[in-house]
Amino acid sequence: MIPAQELLAPGHRACPGCGEVMALRLILKALGKEVIVVEATGCMEVVTTPYPQTAWRVPWIHGAFENAAAVASGVEAALKRLGRKGVKVVAIGGDGGTADIGLQALSGMMERGHSVMYVCTDNEAYMNTGIQRSGTTPFGAWTTTTPAGKVWRGEDRPKKDVPSIALAHRIPYVATASVGYPRDLLWKVRKAAAVEGPSYLHVHCPCPTGWRYDSALSVRLARLAVETGCWILWEAEGGSIRLTFRPERRKPVVEYLRLQGRFSHLTEEEVRRIQQEVDERCRELGLGWYG
Amino acid sequence: MIEVRFHGRGGQGAVTAARMLAEAAFLEGKYAQAFPFFGAERRGAPVVAFARLDTRPVRLRSQIYEPDHVVVLDPTLLRAVNVTEGLKPGGLLVLNARERPGKLEAGRVVWVDATSIAVEEMGAPITNMAMLGAYVRASGEVSLESVLRAVGDYFRGKMGERNLRAIRRAYEEARE
Amino acid sequence: MRRLLNGNEAAALAAKLARVQVVSAYPITPQTVVVETLAKYVADGELEAEFVKVESEHSALSVCLGASATGARAFTATSSQGLMLMSEILYVVSGMRLPVVMANANRSLSAPLSIWNDQQDSLAVRDSGWIQLYCESNQEILDLLLQAFLLAERVSLPAMVCYDGYILSHTAEAVEVPEQAEVDAFLPPYSPSLKLDPDRPLTMGPVGVPEVYMEARYMQHRDTRRAREEFLRVAEEFGRRFGRRYGILEEYRTEGAELLLLTMGSLASTAKEAVDRCRERGEKVGLVKLTLYRPFPDGEVVEALKRAKVVGVLEKDISTGWMGALYTDTVAAFANESRRPLFQNFILGLGSRDVRLEDLEGIIGALRKAAEEGKVGENPRWVGLKGEMVE
Repeated sequence: MIPAQELLAPGHRACPGCGEVMALRLILKALGKEVIVVEATGCMEVVTTPYPQTAWRVPWIHGAFENAAAVASGVEAALKRLGRKGVKVVAIGGDGGTADIGLQALSGMMERGHSVMYVCTDNEAYMNTGIQRSGTTPFGAWTTTTPAGKVWRGEDRPKKDVPSIALAHRIPYVATASVGYPRDLLWKVRKAAAVEGPSYLHVHCPCPTGWRYDSALSVRLARLAVETGCWILWEAEGGSIRLTFRPERRKPVVEYLRLQGRFSHLTEEEVRRIQQEVDERCRELGLGWYG
Repeated sequence: MIEVRFHGRGGQGAVTAARMLAEAAFLEGKYAQAFPFFGAERRGAPVVAFARLDTRPVRLRSQIYEPDHVVVLDPTLLRAVNVTEGLKPGGLLVLNARERPGKLEAGRVVWVDATSIAVEEMGAPITNMAMLGAYVRASGEVSLESVLRAVGDYFRGKMGERNLRAIRRAYEEARE
Repeated sequence: MRRLLNGNEAAALAAKLARVQVVSAYPITPQTVVVETLAKYVADGELEAEFVKVESEHSALSVCLGASATGARAFTATSSQGLMLMSEILYVVSGMRLPVVMANANRSLSAPLSIWNDQQDSLAVRDSGWIQLYCESNQEILDLLLQAFLLAERVSLPAMVCYDGYILSHTAEAVEVPEQAEVDAFLPPYSPSLKLDPDRPLTMGPVGVPEVYMEARYMQHRDTRRAREEFLRVAEEFGRRFGRRYGILEEYRTEGAELLLLTMGSLASTAKEAVDRCRERGEKVGLVKLTLYRPFPDGEVVEALKRAKVVGVLEKDISTGWMGALYTDTVAAFANESRRPLFQNFILGLGSRDVRLEDLEGIIGALRKAAEEGKVGENPRWVGLKGEMVE
């Protein structure tokens, strides 16, 4: 089911338990060799390519932080003009490079209809620069720029919903995924790669360093995020959302929050507010009550 | 070297008139340069365009301050702009006017009812082609044939034919 | 075939003749006509290129980066604020040694907002690792762009061809346009040995750890310096084929000149008229026009200027709080010369302040005075400032 071929070589410099590396490894397994990867600046670029070493066994290019989607557009345009067929162009960015600084380039790429698969590996903060909040940092999370003090209580805004922004571009395929559900992830990568035109895949990736948990718990946390409804797995073909995983009984969010240092300052009242917001989003998507 | 200044309003085609004059001179083997005024422009506002014509390469790249000839595409500009500013002594002024203009600070004044010609021939008061015809008649700097060829090359089809008719008519109807 | 073209049309035509494969650009005055003209070529089937209609100049250059890395000949065009928005990626493209070619219609920088001409934009990015060429006429725009493609691809460095906004971009004048077959013989298709290709996986744009970064930058610098000789070779081939000879710089009536003007771009045309007038009066005045500004041709500049008594450096830019860029570069080139002329910097033409023949004769007058007195006056001197600004 999951190919044995490793296109992301071991020996890279990622932290133990890094969710993003798990995502990249799985994505490459699903894609195979006929790809060109364009990567935004971020943890993954830094840990995989300290010259003269590289972990990439497929062609790979990094330009800058905010332009992965635009560079990928150029790669795709060149392949088209040069008549090179059968090569999938994949752009990869973290949450900062996707939801914040790279959002304009991403929007342009999707709007223009390039045959590029864009992957956001979302670990919910700027981890490469040392845990600063991004647009996808969830409500209540501690980061170094949303510290919990007498006045501030961590991040004060809900997580930016980038997959819905992608959906609004009316591209052929949009999906959310999680490194805690590798078969679901691989399935979606294959679908996203097979699409003619743009596709967008948003992968939830726990980060032990930034979320402050024991690095052995990454997969468990990834799964808890989904089991509590904090992260919902869906795909949209032709614009209509379909849930791809439905927990039998949704767990209370506190089970997910309490394992992470970034939420340790939260009061019961604040946890209740997070629960309410998660419930609201689950209701919107037809994912029932917990308990 | 002959320096020509075109006055018009945004949308009347002063820049195109200057360019077509340069194209015509170019077709005759002369050296020519055509350029707009380097300033803010918007539709309806007074605009200026320039052309330099010479028998040797044109190297001056400054704006034109003392033109040999001035062409005014819009009759209302006479009240809004000092169109003869810097016009060389004895210089030529070509006006769009319904009737013989009064006294003006120019060596020679040539006029034509370009608005009527434009409306009748082109269906809109875009007077640049008619004024180009009148200018060619008044100045003799380029031949009518060259201008017709330049404009014919630039505007094809029906639009081109209308332009050519406007040029020919103004060439015939220009008065001194 | 000779045609009347404005500078933007000449630039677009050069890109078409170079058979660019990927074009990505964003509209900005005064460059817009380049994008429009290229779009029309593609729309009419006259140019077989992917035209990527981006949402910003930052993405325009990023698209060119990706396309060039994949092995396509990539072209963009911009001006002013657009070039500033690209500036981050300028360094990335040159550091990755990608031969992207750009036309820059020189325009002022905000604030205050100005769509008009000077050269502050391209001079602000002189350190970005791009070859910079400056054009005096529309013929030079077409010719230097064609040469820029060949040069860039031979030395694996990007090149920027700069021409004055409005003064060239919007001015129509005669341009000799070569036949496609002649251009094809001069400029072969681009086929890089290293590119993004699944058959030969390659990592491009990795992290330059402290152990390697400085060497990477040194090699880039070394090769950029060497681009001077390659430019001469390219110009020689171009001259042989098309009959129009280009050099790193052009010396105009410099024989025995005691006073020399040094400038770049379209101002050289009007300056030649001023030099002619002075020569008619028997004054020993000449002009040096710099075509290749980056890499800076220090040896050629010193050789061209060293016999003068006074050199006036005329430029449309200011390193705010100091002098013009061309002046500081030129004086630096003379730093270790035992004999050197006096230098005076003239800042002019900012935001399309017109530079007239009278202004140039005034500048030559100031140089004459400096030669007589053995010292230069106010430096830099701002030319054409309104009276009330002069202290």
